[in-house]
Amino acid sequence: MNITEKILARASGKTRVSPDDVVFANVDKVMMHDVSGPGVIAVFEKLKKTGMKIEKLWAPEKVWVAEDHFVPAADKVSAQNVVLLTQFTKQYGIGKHFKYGMGQYGICHTLSHEEAMVLPGEVYVGGDSHTNTTGALGAFAAGLGHTDVAYVLLNGKIWFKIPETLYFKLNGKLPDYVMAKDLILKIIGDIGTDGAAYKTMQFGGSGISEMSVEERLTLTNMTTEAGAKSGIIEPDQKIRDYLVQRGATNYNEVHGDADSQYSKVYEYDAAELDPIVAKPFSPENVAVVRDLSSISLDKAYIGSCTGAKLEDLRAAAKILKGRTVKIRTEILPAAISIFKKAMDEGLVKIFMDAGAMVGPPTCGACCGAHMGVLAKDEVCISTTNRNFPGRMGHVESKTYLASPLVAAASAITGKITDPRDIK
Amino acid sequence: MKGSVIKYERDNIDTDVILPGPYLKIHDYAELATHAMEGIDKDFHKKVKPGDFIVTGRNFGCGSSREHAPIALSYSGVKAVLAISFARIFYRNAVDGAFLLPIEIEENTYKDISEGDQLEIDTSKNEIRNITKSKTYNMRPFPELIGKIIAAGGLFNYKP
Repeated sequence: MNITEKILARASGKTRVSPDDVVFANVDKVMMHDVSGPGVIAVFEKLKKTGMKIEKLWAPEKVWVAEDHFVPAADKVSAQNVVLLTQFTKQYGIGKHFKYGMGQYGICHTLSHEEAMVLPGEVYVGGDSHTNTTGALGAFAAGLGHTDVAYVLLNGKIWFKIPETLYFKLNGKLPDYVMAKDLILKIIGDIGTDGAAYKTMQFGGSGISEMSVEERLTLTNMTTEAGAKSGIIEPDQKIRDYLVQRGATNYNEVHGDADSQYSKVYEYDAAELDPIVAKPFSPENVAVVRDLSSISLDKAYIGSCTGAKLEDLRAAAKILKGRTVKIRTEILPAAISIFKKAMDEGLVKIFMDAGAMVGPPTCGACCGAHMGVLAKDEVCISTTNRNFPGRMGHVESKTYLASPLVAAASAITGKITDPRDIK
Repeated sequence: MKGSVIKYERDNIDTDVILPGPYLKIHDYAELATHAMEGIDKDFHKKVKPGDFIVTGRNFGCGSSREHAPIALSYSGVKAVLAISFARIFYRNAVDGAFLLPIEIEENTYKDISEGDQLEIDTSKNEIRNITKSKTYNMRPFPELIGKIIAAGGLFNYKP
């Protein structure tokens, strides 16, 4: 069995599972946020109306909550949702609630790894599609809707069809100025937004071994955009070191057997990759950056679980240092811990000296919610994950998805720019 | 189950189109319904009637995990979406929350059905009858567990 099959077999008490088997898997961790949480609360209310008594959760210590989509509270409704969420976590004694304005908080997927909320070998589900992100730690991580999260909160398990696995092998280290974001956009361009539908995308090969943990998280994060159920990478020493730094040492790693089966293997040679962007209105609509150098922009956005981790900010700072932005540029670190490290390393000063605005962690404009949404006909280059019509604001705005290096280089010139062409 | 067809001739209709992000803070189901399909069809909530079916192409519901998407369609009156394929979270949300039936159809069936056609769907026989065109198509049978959850009326009513 491969790693995903072994995790799901263990979690469902079976000695062996194969693709297309349906199992009820025991869940190790579950997450909800200020959008899916109130949705779960609404499901609980509906259940109570049918006469069901809900006195306690299956395991409140395995549940954690983030405030990220509409925070800092975008309006009265959003503020009320955060109040509802707070009441809920108190009422049921939920293990951990990251609250904005009270120390560490941030985008749920970023907290999942920054705070080691999820560990290798675990089954992790969350009320958000980018829950796939955390698979980079060697966990089975998949997104669910409110009803399913509510079901897990009460029963501790949920059904899954055992997915087929597509294996993506990266040969060699990514060249300078090419990032994991470029690789995953290239892959989505090749297989399409339903190319991995219902499947797992596993990454491996020498290029992945060479890759940092945060870069690996960019790959698994965007498996969602290929329709994947989950993304996963076998844990190695880099993962162990990353988790030790965050106080986590007690977990059971799972690794695929020597005869692991994959339904298809794709190989990429790192040396052949270039900076890539996805044009409006789909992550599969990819083009090489240098072919789009005539496109003028109104804004650069460096934010989200996909593109505002510490290394993303370091990459942006490498380009912005000593230069001035030519278009509106918004930089929002994905968690407070990352914001602090960016301050300590002098990155925030570099950004502000360049004229960029630095803001608090939030999903904010990535999902068109608030804090920097786009006007009609505005064109944005963004380190986020989706560019569907209306995703970041007006339905006639346009978003190009890119790496932080490309977004920062484009912020300097006002046009889509290959970072290798910045002199 | 009888109803008339609202057809979107495109693939990859995503959740940002079915229920745009700014409305995610809303959890009043009736209010969500007034914003259904707003991303591509501002008049959807005026033209949709109780019992209607949406017919569309590949990968319907891709994107986010927002359950608001099947909720908005369900509370608009949509009883089933007939698509060549579905994105996985939309599919399980529709079934587990008992909001609507996600029915997979062949490409030829998709091409043959027109806007406004009257359909009758019989899931016990895996049949779709096009009353307007006097034709019968097959639907892809629900996988065993999905069929049981639908029959139970959602995941919470299903006993494993």
